[in-house]
This record gives sequence, C-alpha cells and structure tokens, in this order.
Amino acid sequence: MRPFSYQRATDPDTAVRALGAAAAANNPLTQALAQPLAGGTTLIDLMKLDVMRPAAIVDINPLAGGWSAIEPKGDGVRLGALAKMSDVAAHDEIQRSYPVVANSLKLAASAQLRNMATLGGNVMQRTRCSYFRDVSYENCNKRNPGSGCAAMDGVNRMHAVLGVSDQCIATYPGDFAQALIALDATVEITGKSGARTLPFAQLHRAPGNTPEIETTLQPGELISAFSISGRWPRSVYLKARDRQSYEFALSSAAVALDVQNGTIRDARVALGGVATVPWRAREAEALLKGQTFDDGLAQRVADAAFADAKGRRHNSFKIALGKRVVARALQQAVTMEI
Amino acid sequence: MSDTPSSRQSAFDRRAFMAGAAGSALVPITARAAAEEARVPAAQDPALPVDVTLRVNGKDKRLHIDARTTLLDALRDHLKLTGSKKGCDHGQCGACTVLIDDRRVVSCLTLALAAEGQEIATIEGLATDDRLHPMQQAFIDNDAFQCGYCTPGQIMSAIACVKEGHAGSEADIREYMSGNICRCAAYPNIVAAVKQAAPEIMKG
Repeated sequence: MRPFSYQRATDPDTAVRALGAAAAANNPLTQALAQPLAGGTTLIDLMKLDVMRPAAIVDINPLAGGWSAIEPKGDGVRLGALAKMSDVAAHDEIQRSYPVVANSLKLAASAQLRNMATLGGNVMQRTRCSYFRDVSYENCNKRNPGSGCAAMDGVNRMHAVLGVSDQCIATYPGDFAQALIALDATVEITGKSGARTLPFAQLHRAPGNTPEIETTLQPGELISAFSISGRWPRSVYLKARDRQSYEFALSSAAVALDVQNGTIRDARVALGGVATVPWRAREAEALLKGQTFDDGLAQRVADAAFADAKGRRHNSFKIALGKRVVARALQQAVTMEI
Repeated sequence: MSDTPSSRQSAFDRRAFMAGAAGSALVPITARAAAEEARVPAAQDPALPVDVTLRVNGKDKRLHIDARTTLLDALRDHLKLTGSKKGCDHGQCGACTVLIDDRRVVSCLTLALAAEGQEIATIEGLATDDRLHPMQQAFIDNDAFQCGYCTPGQIMSAIACVKEGHAGSEADIREYMSGNICRCAAYPNIVAAVKQAAPEIMKG
C-alpha cells in the first residue's frame, strides 16, 4: 500500500473541503488523490492491491451521527448514507415495507462486511473484474484508459451481458443498488455548495468510451442519503450465485409489484450480476402493467429483459440463467403473502 | 507491474499533493482561506509514524505506527496478539475477525487509526482465569477444527452470531457464519459448536 495522509472529518463541510482540496486533478473521481473512507471494505482492499492509490484519506465515519438515520420521509423512507448494511437489513420497517431492500442487503457479502460497509459506500463499490483488480494486467480501460480490455477475450465468465461497450464488460457487483433503481429511489449528494438530489438511476454511468468514469458524482461530493417514495411490501430480491452464501451474483433480480384484484398495476424489474451498471429493465416492466400474471407472461417478460444482451465466450450462460431468475422472482413476488 | 495510472496523473503530482496536504496550513493565501483551512484538521505527514491509542480487551495500548497499518497488523505485529490470523488479508476469509464495539468486523480491512476510541475484543480476551469462554469450550467439545488456523476468527464471529440472534437454526448459523471460511471443512462441527454454546451465551 502506498503512503497516505489520514484525517478525520468531524462535520460534512470539513469532509467536502478536504476531498475537494485535490479537485483540479480529481477526474476521473475513481482515481482522485483524496478518497473518503467509510466502511473501507472496497477502498482498503483496492489500496492493498495498488488499484486505488489515494494520497489522502478523509475518514468520514465521524459523520455517522447525522448521516446514518433510517427515518420516515413523506409516504416513504430516507436512509442515511452512513447507515451500515447490517442495520438496514435488520430494520423492522425496511423488512416489512421494502423486503427487496432488506434482502438485497442481507444476501450481500458476509456478516462482518455488512457490519462495516455503509449504504453509500455499497453503491460506490468497484467491479470485481479480475483484470481490473490485478495490476499486472496492463490492459484495463477502467484502470488504465486506452489500454484495451483483457476480459473481452479472456476469462469472462463473471462479466456483463447488458450495458456493455467495446471498451469494458466489467460487471457492477452490488445488490442494494438494484433495489434502489427498481424503486425509483433518489440519492442526496452533499458538496461544497450544499446538497443536491438526483434520481438514483442517474448516479451510475454505463462504460461507453470512458469506463474509468463510473458515476456522475463530482470531485468533493459525498452521498449523504437515499430516499424511497411509497411502500413496496410486494417485492423480492432473488440472487443466483456459485455458492449459497457470501458470493457475488451470477444473476439477480429485484422485483416490486403492485397487484390489485389479480391485475398488475405497477411493476419494477431491475437486474444484477449481468450488467455494467445497476440495470432497470423498463421494456420488461411495460409488458407486465395491466396484465394478469401467468407463466407465459413471466417468460415473455424475462425474454424482453434480456433482448439486448450480448454474451461472450464464457458468459452467455448468464442470459439463460438471468431469464429464469427474472421469471422466478416474478412468481415469488406475485405469490408472496403481504 | 504497470505504472501508467500514476503517470497519467501528471497534471496533479502525487508528491506535490502530499507535501501540500502536510504543510498547507503554513501558507495561507488570503485571510478567508486561512480561516477555512484552520477548520480542516491537519492531515499527518504520510512519511512519519502516527500516535494511536487502541483499547484492546479492556486495556489502552499506545502505539507509534505507520498510518497504513491495519488493525490486524497492529494487533499481531505491534501488540503481539497473534491469535487473530491473517488468511487472505482482503476481507474474504474471516480469519482476522475481531469485535469492535461488540460488532464483528474483519480487522484486515480496518485501519488501526480508524479504530481509535473503540472497544476492540480479540480471542485473547475471551477466557477468564482458567475458564474458557463457552464458545471456546464448545469448539473443543465438538471437534470444530482441524488445523485450527481459522478457529480464532470462527469463535469471535460465532459469539457475535449468537448475540445478534442469528443462531436460532442450523440454516441461520450456516448463513450468518458464511464469512468464515474453513479450508479443512469442519463446518458441520462448527455448526454443532455454535448450537451448543448459544444458550449459555444468551443466558449471559
């Protein structure tokens, strides 16, 4: 690990100012010389691997007092960005009204990591692409822009089939983000001129020609909270993976339904483990609205969700698997007792 | 190893940034800038060791360490508490599990500096006088290890698993102990040990 200076930020202004100090060179944000430290489960890991090389660490954990509340907001809920994954997963109201959120958190990582990792850091976690994480590979457009992509024709079993470009096929690894994007959550971002709010769907950027730019966060900005409107008791997070627990998704689905008298009035479908960013399957959702659920409909929805999928040598199985995950998640959501 | 990513940062030199971060309070440009600067706690010089006091198993321990030192390395290399083990050093195996403020964490991804002011509990602090902690005894009773390398992490994790209320069924124990890998695959016996110790731990 390279040397860094360490400082604790005791209030948001201090944090934003300390992070913004290197603003001139903070593009892309992922290579910024000053990085915030929350749970550290991504940052310290990637610093040990020499993938991230910050010269300054700004410890924002002292902000948790003001930034970790789980509280009602309007007809929905507001989740502080420094709330720990484990605390949100175990929260009664989250389990009752947003099972897709609670389960996306519960099925991620391990008990230890969920105790450390925060919601804000969770959505900012970096890809698990093995070529990105191993600096002995020069060819990584995300780590080393313009150098090519070793995964494209390499061992790409874990890689994405949706939202890919010819520059990058690295999978967005998280689970919680799929729940947020499905429920039309917003993200509150605190910067030097105060807070701004953004639809969560606009936080992450597909790789395109600039895979090194992963989000629309600006230098010196911090995620301070997430908000969800309404309640979604009929919602499911289904995760298929190589082992039963403590593993990233091969394919996952966040599904939320509003069903009245057998008719689907509103439907949300988001996909994980298969895309380069948190992925909302809007074409699939459109097929569900106003319909009565049956297995044939589930199959058509699943097909629509993966209509644009592009498999490569080792990951094409994710298309067939992903469709089954979507169909099963829909069945679970329709039949769940609420 | 490629060095390209840092050379691309030439517009803003890493060395200059670190020097600036360490000495910036000395060069106020305007009165306002100086006032703002004063509110930012000084970052330490990355080249120099830092003083940190860790509270481990109920005792304050004063250390003079590199800022990069993880809690695991502080425990093992500086405090000679080698019970916590280094397996993967990347938060994937759980061998380094300790409790911070009664919550289980992986000490390999925790900076020692960031753990200052919190209660750290390690395997060394479990036994009282000649009496083993019920979870330690349960691991022996159930033959819940072979090589033993993962065991301190398993035991610390298992105690937290019980206290969290996640030891109510074998399925729960398996799910909530999944962050502790055992290459010897003593898993069935580990589940049995957690089941045995759970009632006694909950009794207090």
